[in-house]
Amino acid sequence: MIKLDSKIPAGHISEKWTNHKFNMKLVNPANKRKFDIIVVGTGLAGASAAASLGELGYKVKAFTFHDSARRAHSISAQGGINAAKNYQNDGDSVYRLFYDTVKGGDFRAREANVHRLAEVSGNIIDQCVAQGVPFAREYGGLLDNRSFGGAQVSRTFYARGQTGQQLLLGAVSALNRQIDLGNVKLYTRREMLDVVIVDGFAKGIVCRNLLTGEFETYSAHAVVLATGGYSNVFFLSTNAMNCNVTAIWRAHKRGALFANPCFTQIHPTCLPLHGESQSKLTLMSESLRNDGRVWVSKKKGDIRNPNDIPEEERDYYLERKYPSFGNLAPRDISSRAAKEACDEGRGVKGGDAVYLDFSDAIKRLGQKVIEERYGNLFEMYENITGENPYKVPMMIYPAPHYTMGGLWVDYNLMSTIPGLFVLGEANFSDHGANRLGASALMQGLADGYFVIPYTMGDYLASYKPTAVKTDHPEFAKVTNEVKDLTNKLLSIKGKRTVDDIHKQLGRIMWNKVGMGRNEKGLKEAINEIRELKSEFWKHVTIPGSGNDVNQTLERAGRLVDYFELGELMALDALNRNESCGGHFREEYQYEDGEAKRNDEEYSYVAAWEFAGESKWNLHKEPLVFEYVKPAIRSYK
Amino acid sequence: METKKLNLKLNIWRQKNTNSVGSFVEYSVQVSPDASFLEMLDELNNSLELKNEEAVHFESDCREGICGTCGLVINGRPHGPLAKIATCQLHMRNFKDGETIWVEPFRAKAFPVIKDLMVDRSGFDKILQAGGYVSFNTGGAPDGNAIPISKEISSLAMDAAACIGCGACVAACKNASAMLFVSAKVSQYALLPQGQPERYRRVERMVTVMDELGFGSCTNTYACEAECPKGISVTNIARMNRDFVMAKVMSKEIEV
Ligand SMILES: Cc1cc2nc3c(=O)[nH]c(=O)nc-3n(C[C@H](O)[C@H](O)[C@H](O)COP(=O)(O)OP(=O)(O)OC[C@H]3O[C@@H](n4cnc5c(N)ncnc54)[C@H](O)[C@@H]3O)c2cc1C
Repeated sequence: MIKLDSKIPAGHISEKWTNHKFNMKLVNPANKRKFDIIVVGTGLAGASAAASLGELGYKVKAFTFHDSARRAHSISAQGGINAAKNYQNDGDSVYRLFYDTVKGGDFRAREANVHRLAEVSGNIIDQCVAQGVPFAREYGGLLDNRSFGGAQVSRTFYARGQTGQQLLLGAVSALNRQIDLGNVKLYTRREMLDVVIVDGFAKGIVCRNLLTGEFETYSAHAVVLATGGYSNVFFLSTNAMNCNVTAIWRAHKRGALFANPCFTQIHPTCLPLHGESQSKLTLMSESLRNDGRVWVSKKKGDIRNPNDIPEEERDYYLERKYPSFGNLAPRDISSRAAKEACDEGRGVKGGDAVYLDFSDAIKRLGQKVIEERYGNLFEMYENITGENPYKVPMMIYPAPHYTMGGLWVDYNLMSTIPGLFVLGEANFSDHGANRLGASALMQGLADGYFVIPYTMGDYLASYKPTAVKTDHPEFAKVTNEVKDLTNKLLSIKGKRTVDDIHKQLGRIMWNKVGMGRNEKGLKEAINEIRELKSEFWKHVTIPGSGNDVNQTLERAGRLVDYFELGELMALDALNRNESCGGHFREEYQYEDGEAKRNDEEYSYVAAWEFAGESKWNLHKEPLVFEYVKPAIRSYK
Repeated sequence: METKKLNLKLNIWRQKNTNSVGSFVEYSVQVSPDASFLEMLDELNNSLELKNEEAVHFESDCREGICGTCGLVINGRPHGPLAKIATCQLHMRNFKDGETIWVEPFRAKAFPVIKDLMVDRSGFDKILQAGGYVSFNTGGAPDGNAIPISKEISSLAMDAAACIGCGACVAACKNASAMLFVSAKVSQYALLPQGQPERYRRVERMVTVMDELGFGSCTNTYACEAECPKGISVTNIARMNRDFVMAKVMSKEIEV
């Protein structure tokens, strides 16, 4: 019987981490090199973890399916990273960042974890500066800040529109140094397909070498998964093409509980669909909402060009519904409002898009100022759509962007499988039901640079895991299971392509497990996903062999896990009879359409235990709010 | 939005693996002008898979021009006909109905073809793993504002740091030189105070490994800058050359 123990240290919130650091056991320097640690993933979380563990003297093996550590999806983060530095003297503090994050997450995150995140946020900036990350600076030579949604202070650090790139290159440079020094060995083009558990402890992984098709096994004293989020279950999302759930899903099937799978974030400002061949959705920075006004026609199915729709026939719905936040209402609220307008048939030419209009701002400030502020974004928009946003309003639509859910971890970032740690977007830890902008980069680096180096030592010193070699029979057993799955996939030779089926799954997820959910739709979704899954196993076609590079096979393997994940997301959404953050159950709303949380019954983390095909057991970790008292989020 | 589809002829390089001989194969496609170049290849692959033929292998990930994974030579030019974009940012409206398009992998001795349009660029990482970093362990960093850095300098460092590691500079160069890539990293650190302690040791090591890996020499044609999706400037190469000479002068091994 699994008992969820969050291992939150005792004491005042501001002292928990400090005390815990002191109370944790240490591994003496000479003994560190006797421990092997596997880190899967080289994004912000994985690269920072592998580098920091290598620096401490552990023997680290790092894995990525990319050709280089630098290609991890973290590279594409644009806006920035939060830190409670209070350089602006505008009233920021660790406590305020903690408070904003708990509230922004709609009171579904663990207070102690969030406070620790806020505590180490400042160290992250110092660390990155020391590595040579070229953050934006003011003329006086000091670091510059900007503000982001959900906060009233300026605490976001950035490097042009390429913050994720610069932070990742910084973390990867630290990783490269450890590779250079021989402390880390990096295995690229390896896809982890399973974890190996011996006597209840995580002891290694099975990978497919993506160049040769060979299955390889690696053993270690502990395994760290930092494999990112699963928004691509929707097929179309802002995530990179290869982001997937496989690593954490296979760990889930081996016993790691999956927490809050239905908490997904839909970002309001993305480019709308252009057609059937669309492969991903492009994010336009949230900052555009500072000067752009969002509107649709008051009429249904209005096919006029936007500039021909007179002022009085436009509905600036965000300004109308949320007069005090207007166009800057939080992500979940703005996204839902756009969907509502489009569902009523009032979207752009009756379709799925709304206008983001800069004409007032251009009139007020002049084109030059707008160009200075958003020039590169406007260029990017024109490059993709072929339209000039200085003349014609931009078209935007919400898109899946980030997954707050992930593997359940305790305060030490360890999953329910001893020795298996989960970092970054892959865990569920810090963002509750909604993540604030610029907080994912912060969390990934906090986990990797400042949390795991301590908690890993404590695990190794207290559990004293023994060394297991890859000739242990469990490795062969797991490898055979993975091999069988691959062979089965290759043998189907049906008539439908992987992408075709994935797109269909994406439509089910988007329509029924997307921005608005209801009991009927969720139940339908579960049935439709099951049917599609059996359709896949009968009719998918995967040309080529398993003995060399086969990208179709790689995608098929990931899709296999999305069916199961999709079903669990629907189940989790069905179980949560309330609306909170990114999870909006249409049955649970106030008369004005605002989300209705139910703290009495649902103030818990829903952690799901895999119990065989299409079966899960629910475990609840109650959430206790001692410091930030739950209140209705109002942005009116 | 109704848009007329374009009819195109594609000549795509197909090559089973590193050791086999490749050749161009012709395909006809119909594609929306709003689709991206890679989405056109996705559609082509979908139709090939339906016929149980192997997909044309090419690499891509973020499809926003920042991860550096994609990279094709289109009609003879790395990343295609437009300046300052990666392949994934190229849209079909830039082509004419009825046009024939040639699609090849990046070609360089140091970038062997893996399959079809995929190449092995791991040499880049080997160079970075030879000192392409600031030696600084996690923890104990001074406050981020302890050392002020002028806006101009940090902005120049950022210009260099913007490199996405795609390899177009190597593919564009007749000598397959990696000087633009290497000099961008060298410059980023050479410009910043944090990079000073290892400045000369770093450039020496990185250049040595670059030469060992079979990248060619620079003969100042500037083809690299012209094809760089991020517009990395060749002034970085000049900066690196200066530092390299300094490194040699300062090196104790050098005999006077
Ligand atoms: C367009 C966009 C913009 C964003 N902008 C911001 C922003 O401005 N601020 C912010 O805070 N957040 C932003 N985010 C969110 C943020 O970028 C991500 O949440 C974060 O970078 C995730 O980091 P990670 O290290 O957890 O995972 P990732 O960076 O996704 O890395 C995952 C790693 O795991 C590896 N991997 C995965 N599965 C396997 C496997 N089976 N085998 C081997 N390797 C595997 C991958 O190769 C990769 O190395 C943005 C996200 C998007 C999509």
